[in-house]
Amino acid sequence: MSTPPQITCREFQDFLLDYCEGQLGDEPRAVFEHHLARCPMCRVHFETYLKAIELGRRVLAEDDPDAPADLPEELVEAVLAARAVGGGEPP
Amino acid sequence: MSTIAARGDAPLPEADLVAGLRRGDPLCTSTFVRTYGGPMLSVARRMLRHDEDARDCVQEAMIQALRQIDGFEGRAALRTWLHRIVVNRALMRLRARASRAEDSLDQLMPQFDHTGHLIGPTEMPEVSIEDLIEQNDVRRMVRAAIDRLPDGMRTIILLRDVEGYDTEEVAGMLGISTGAAKVRLHRARNALRKLLEPVLLGRAP
Repeated sequence: MSTPPQITCREFQDFLLDYCEGQLGDEPRAVFEHHLARCPMCRVHFETYLKAIELGRRVLAEDDPDAPADLPEELVEAVLAARAVGGGEPP
Repeated sequence: MSTIAARGDAPLPEADLVAGLRRGDPLCTSTFVRTYGGPMLSVARRMLRHDEDARDCVQEAMIQALRQIDGFEGRAALRTWLHRIVVNRALMRLRARASRAEDSLDQLMPQFDHTGHLIGPTEMPEVSIEDLIEQNDVRRMVRAAIDRLPDGMRTIILLRDVEGYDTEEVAGMLGISTGAAKVRLHRARNALRKLLEPVLLGRAP
């Protein structure tokens, strides 16, 4: 099998999102992975990119520890009151 | 079938709850608001980062949902339908806010030398996400890093990576092309990566 074409680190960046989303075809994926295997800077960038996404996702998915789990009662009452009078049309 | 736990009563099937809402049944309305309000408030808080704004947003979203309940077709779960409504309401509020220019974050994008090679570290320590996530300081730093992002970047990370919409859905919600959404998502993730680099490379103070 022939060696995939070389790309620069800048070009590697152009492929990164589509690679992460599984949207690269066979040939560009091989080019991307060829660069990834040979460039230590892009490898660190790639690993930190994936870890940053995962950290952000996990931390943000946690409910704010200071936030109440239920809707505040005055907000419940406000919605129910708006519903009862048939008003409160949101803008 | 999905069921809703009415307080002090037997669980109520979702279809019965929706039928009750359509009739204007006060008990169903109360159950609906109390059941779904908390999760909707969490979403609004994540997106808006402002407690009063988030409460107003949820109130608007709830009222909109109750008014449009006849249009709920039941193809998705009620929770999914409501999630979309509160996210769209939050987006409307974010659009009305003045946002910091994203250009100011160029220094958080990857830097290259004149030959196109990336400038950056060549080694990183073996640190697992699990080890990082257990540290309160790390979680605080992650929240702080996300808070430093302009609304447009933070919003696209929230919608795509946290709320779980795919890129085309996110583009539709933001009123931009799929290509533009991809560019913004990639810039946002790169900015977050740079802000978290000290944590990820074991160099955080």
